Amino acid sequence: MARMAGRRLLYAVPVLLAVTFGVFAIAAASPFDPVKAYAGTAGFSASGEALDQLRDSLGADDPFVTRWWDWLTAVVTGDLGQSTSMRQPVADVIGERIGWTVLLCAVAFAVAIVAGTLLGALAARRRGGLLDRAVTSVAYALEAAPPFWLGLLAVWLFALRLDALPAGGLTDTGTDVVTFGQVAEHVLLPASVLAVSQMPWFVLYVRQGVGDALDEDPVRGARSRGLAERTVLLGHALRSGLLPVLTLIGTRVPELITGALLIETVFSWPGIAAATVEAATSVDFPLLAALTVLATAAVLLGNLLSDLLYGLADPRVGFDG
Amino acid sequence: MSVRGIRAAVSVTAAAAVLAGAAACSNPDADDGSGGDGATAVIGVANEPDTLSPLLGYGKDGNSKIFDGLLARDGDMELKPALARALPEITDGGTTYTYELRDDVTFSDGEPFTAADVVFTYETILDPGTNNASKGDLEAVESVEAKGDGTVVFTLKYPYAPFAERTVLPIAPEHVAGKGDVNTGAFNTEPIGTGPYVLDDWRKGEKLTFSANPGYWGGRPKVKKLTMAIIADDDIRATRLRSGDLDGAILPPNLAKTFAEDDDKQTLAATTADHRAVTLPTDNPVTGDIAVRRALDVAVDRGAMVDKLLEGRGKAAYGPVPTGSEWFAKGTERPYDTGLAGKILDDAGWRAEDGGIREKDGQRASFTLYYPSGDKVRQEHALAFAGDAKKVGIEARVESGTWEVIEPRMGEDAVLAGGGSPADPDFDLYPMLYSELAGQGFNNMASYENQDVDTALVEGRESPDKAERKRAYDKVQQELTENPGYVFLTHIDHIYVVADTWRGLTTQVEPHEHGFGSGPWWNVESWQPAS
Repeated sequence: MARMAGRRLLYAVPVLLAVTFGVFAIAAASPFDPVKAYAGTAGFSASGEALDQLRDSLGADDPFVTRWWDWLTAVVTGDLGQSTSMRQPVADVIGERIGWTVLLCAVAFAVAIVAGTLLGALAARRRGGLLDRAVTSVAYALEAAPPFWLGLLAVWLFALRLDALPAGGLTDTGTDVVTFGQVAEHVLLPASVLAVSQMPWFVLYVRQGVGDALDEDPVRGARSRGLAERTVLLGHALRSGLLPVLTLIGTRVPELITGALLIETVFSWPGIAAATVEAATSVDFPLLAALTVLATAAVLLGNLLSDLLYGLADPRVGFDG
Repeated sequence: MSVRGIRAAVSVTAAAAVLAGAAACSNPDADDGSGGDGATAVIGVANEPDTLSPLLGYGKDGNSKIFDGLLARDGDMELKPALARALPEITDGGTTYTYELRDDVTFSDGEPFTAADVVFTYETILDPGTNNASKGDLEAVESVEAKGDGTVVFTLKYPYAPFAERTVLPIAPEHVAGKGDVNTGAFNTEPIGTGPYVLDDWRKGEKLTFSANPGYWGGRPKVKKLTMAIIADDDIRATRLRSGDLDGAILPPNLAKTFAEDDDKQTLAATTADHRAVTLPTDNPVTGDIAVRRALDVAVDRGAMVDKLLEGRGKAAYGPVPTGSEWFAKGTERPYDTGLAGKILDDAGWRAEDGGIREKDGQRASFTLYYPSGDKVRQEHALAFAGDAKKVGIEARVESGTWEVIEPRMGEDAVLAGGGSPADPDFDLYPMLYSELAGQGFNNMASYENQDVDTALVEGRESPDKAERKRAYDKVQQELTENPGYVFLTHIDHIYVVADTWRGLTTQVEPHEHGFGSGPWWNVESWQPAS
């Protein structure tokens, strides 16, 4: 298992290199002009001379390979560079924001997995039953619903109609004291929306997996031996039914990241979403590259994690069967 | 930052931050006013600033809450002293501006404000290594010198009458901002100034919070805590305003209308110098023809655009100078007259052919009109303009594109442009119309060339006498009726909806950009709670 992890980590190096090279190439080929983006609205009234100075100072005319190499050699020495769009060192931009994005994603992911597994298992117990039909049809509907739209709907319902939860921000808008209670209250709605947008996949996979397992011989045997329904469901069916979910965890990571970007915008969540969008449209190479590395690393780690979990959970590995 | 620093920053995972209560962010003023008592104000704005450093352009048009300029503008846009003791003394034929400074001002970190800070601020902005896109605003400056602690002397390259309007620019403290990299240093996010408010916290992507500066030389503001929440989406901003989360917000007219029945909300419409205009490129065979230009100029129904597109929230525009401005040349209003437009075109030899589109010497009266994609107000203006043009036999083919698409085509194709700065007519007219600036960035987008206008523009900026300046700008505006390089359509109002917690809110005449410095909160430091 350690060998697998080690091999994957070695393999990650060329992947990350290729991805960052790609980011620089695509950004350079994009029609966005970093100088105009930097100048913002001031660019419309800026003198030609000021824009030329800016172009020179930002190194906007350097070929992208040069910029990539400069970036890479700096990163190796521990310097992530300066973000032009945020007028801040890249490390500061990420350090200030990533914690909140991780919190949002972690809560949402945990809720999606736990609730999804529970609902999926319940639905599988009586396939074709009322609960199963309700859960499956809602899951299919949610699968098609964009998180952005779900977010607006949630704000309308819970913040506006019911006045039960805050509509956005990390804390109440009028205060900047970050307390556990405040953050817990504010993370509830965005994390739930993100969780709901991720849940259908877990529900449907678990329902399928557990359902199939219930039909398999060992489970039927267990049932016929008169074991309690609960033991059969939790001890036997769920265990083998969960295997596809473990693979799913890794593959859902990219969706989770893009979902989080949209949710952060809807709820003014101070994560790295705004920075990512801004970095892309401003052709802010250093920030864009760093964020891409992070996202790629998250995906690679997600895949590794699901493979490791699979190895641990598969009875053929864990047991002598 | 070192690798270790990054790792440390990254490892502050959210869970840890929450469990620790992130006590570092607390602030003693947080509890002394919680909604409704007028001591706090929470404002929703659409855009987050890139930086809070004046050295990179933050607050260059005044009203930055953290900083003060040498001068400031009052509700009528008149200049008044701020960090300077009085308006500047102008000598040497308008090339020397001398400011006497206040000696009772300290920065919010306790250090005194002196002439050295003023010199530092201006010299840093003008430094070629400083990435400030607006440095062209100070193009006239030859040098800035301190005479002792209390006097600053600006020497200009040429006489520049509106120079004082530029000195609303915020002053940064040399002892803080002089340290570190001006383009990316800590000062960009942790500003220190002399202004009415002190930045408490800037949670990127969420909000900025300020508290009243207890040592403010203008007296401590009544609104003790000010929060600017960043909410890019119009609908969400409206929703959060309705839910009581915000006390005020900028909104598009259609959403602002939904608050009209709300008893505890007031709606403020700020008049602006924010114009929408169609550029008529001189190099295009159709729009370069003076007859076509004049015909289009009288063929557009500006009144209908204001009523229908802006729901009455705006004014007809006949030039960059708004009709309500003291600089507007009375009598240059053009009536909507399709008959006159047709006659001008007939006389010039543009004859209607089959299909109703005119032709002259084999040239069809047709050109392309671009508008920046995603901008609904400009799209509607472009379509209305094309509809009006069609009625007199001129075809404007409306297309959308990003600025990256539009910019290389500006020389030949028309663009639905926007812009405007209310402080002085020179700020709009000179870059828009001066022939030497043709095609430089977004300056003189239509490549307008008119010797008389050039002469008047230089007179207008260099003459120290206001009456003489007025005559020069009247001349420019009259020339625009004879040979329009642009068809000006409307000046659009900016709409704000604010809770009824304060009395006597006002707005200034606003520029094209609207962010923190404009809106009813331009003078939030002077707000008085209701009751």
